[in-house]
Amino acid sequence: MKVLVPVKRVVDYNVKVRVKSDQTGVDIANVKMSMNPFDEIAVEEAVRLKEKGLATEVIAVSCGVTPCQETLRTAMAIGADRAILVETPEELQPLAVAKLIKAVMDKEQAQLVILGKQAIDDDCNQTGQMLAALADLPQATFASKVEIVDGKAQVTREVDGGLETIAISLPAIVTTDLRLNEPRYVTLPNIMKAKKKQLDTFKPEELGVDVAPRIKTLKVTEPPKRSAGIKVPDVATLVDKLKNEAKVLG
Amino acid sequence: MTTLVIAEHDNASIKGATLNTVTAAMACGGDVHVLVAGHNAGAAAAAAAQIAGVAKVLHADSEALAHGLAENVATQVLAIAANYSHILFPATASGKNVAPRVAAKLDVAQISDITQVISADTFERPIYAGNAIATVQSTDATLVITVRTTGFDAAALGGSAAVETLDAVADSGKSRYLGSEIAKSDRPELTAAKIIVSGGRALGSSEKFNEVMTPLADKLGAALGASRAAVDAGYAPNDWQVGQTGKIVAPQLYVACGISGAIQHLAGMKDSKVIVAINKDPEAPIFGVADYGLEADLFAAVPELVGKL
Repeated sequence: MKVLVPVKRVVDYNVKVRVKSDQTGVDIANVKMSMNPFDEIAVEEAVRLKEKGLATEVIAVSCGVTPCQETLRTAMAIGADRAILVETPEELQPLAVAKLIKAVMDKEQAQLVILGKQAIDDDCNQTGQMLAALADLPQATFASKVEIVDGKAQVTREVDGGLETIAISLPAIVTTDLRLNEPRYVTLPNIMKAKKKQLDTFKPEELGVDVAPRIKTLKVTEPPKRSAGIKVPDVATLVDKLKNEAKVLG
Repeated sequence: MTTLVIAEHDNASIKGATLNTVTAAMACGGDVHVLVAGHNAGAAAAAAAQIAGVAKVLHADSEALAHGLAENVATQVLAIAANYSHILFPATASGKNVAPRVAAKLDVAQISDITQVISADTFERPIYAGNAIATVQSTDATLVITVRTTGFDAAALGGSAAVETLDAVADSGKSRYLGSEIAKSDRPELTAAKIIVSGGRALGSSEKFNEVMTPLADKLGAALGASRAAVDAGYAPNDWQVGQTGKIVAPQLYVACGISGAIQHLAGMKDSKVIVAINKDPEAPIFGVADYGLEADLFAAVPELVGKL
């Protein structure tokens, strides 16, 4: 079973982004970039499937600018066998990414695609579900446990109020939630090894995909600032303020 | 121009998130229809018909729709999608599961988590954990949208829409529901609660979390929430997580106890009407958004608060 793991290069989760003064977007010049945290969990899950003998090969794929190669090297340092970059300077929206990954999936005849549930930059939470729709395959989103048994996947999902377990036939699309696993620490020897692994590059045109954006961003602004209130000296004052000033307690 | 709202329901009743989504739908202009896709969901369909502003309720009933499997629900929506200019889902676990599937099948983009309707094709949505607000315009023929429920008031009740029965789609056979573990609780749902008390890593253990936070929640009739740090440490269940990748909440009162206030947590609660922070670290970022900050040891302050309420 070949497993495909799409990974996205995003602004590191510790960086507090700043909105550009001309309102065209956020300033990402000279900002630390990392692999989307949910995608790291996806790579880890795929590598564990290989270690258990359930997957034969783990292929990382990224869509975007040339430096996405670094993100793919990180995926290979975690344990992916090889990588594919679909390289384009164009802005890629989730529908376009889903189409590109569908094309790679077909090319590679992958049986399972594991993706992060959401990228922490655009916060869309769409690509996995869109890929499942385009490929007409079952999906198991927000996974906190994945078991492969008899050519089927049994997936426990994080839903509102608790957990849900579903069985899906393979091939299938799975998206990861935070508790699925804790990604391993990448070691220096593995980083060195990853540099020698195979990385192929394609253009969207070679995959026959039109990546033109469907949504126009008219402007990007700062959210309304919430000003800090006051510090209260003790619990009694707090209760008094909540009752008589904020009037949120009966 | 007609908007379809996909109802969030448990077959017996309509979930609150549906009401906020109907308000967003009305802001798009045109008539609003609501789809209730479920099993033995007549009561939910009847409840949807009472939402003010809804012109028609469409009810599809089948065992295949009992558990909201994405493959089946998406096919049900697609069967009627051609009749609509806008298709709106609440941005809940189930809405987020199904909406992109519908959008991709229609070959249109999806606009996630809108917080404001500017015009029929232009919306505001938060990006980067709410650290920036994007104003976006769709160029597609059909708009598939998920609605952040905290961005819109709940629609009123008192309507009397007609309920029309639809032919239910067949089971895809691709996925099967095996079971669920939904915590039974008398507390209000996190995303619908008027008051939320939330605990962070400072609680130190799940026993302490329970011992300190539960009496406060009981006293206030509040829902319990937690920071990601507390969830990761195993002090609280995952579905209590408030933040960028957990639940987005905006209650009347949010009481953060022992939560430092990472940007990812603030993203999930900073639209609350009144925020109280109890933390012994005077430099904790949570104080930067709190209306009332109490610099104190929560293990002393929270029980004292319970006593004084």
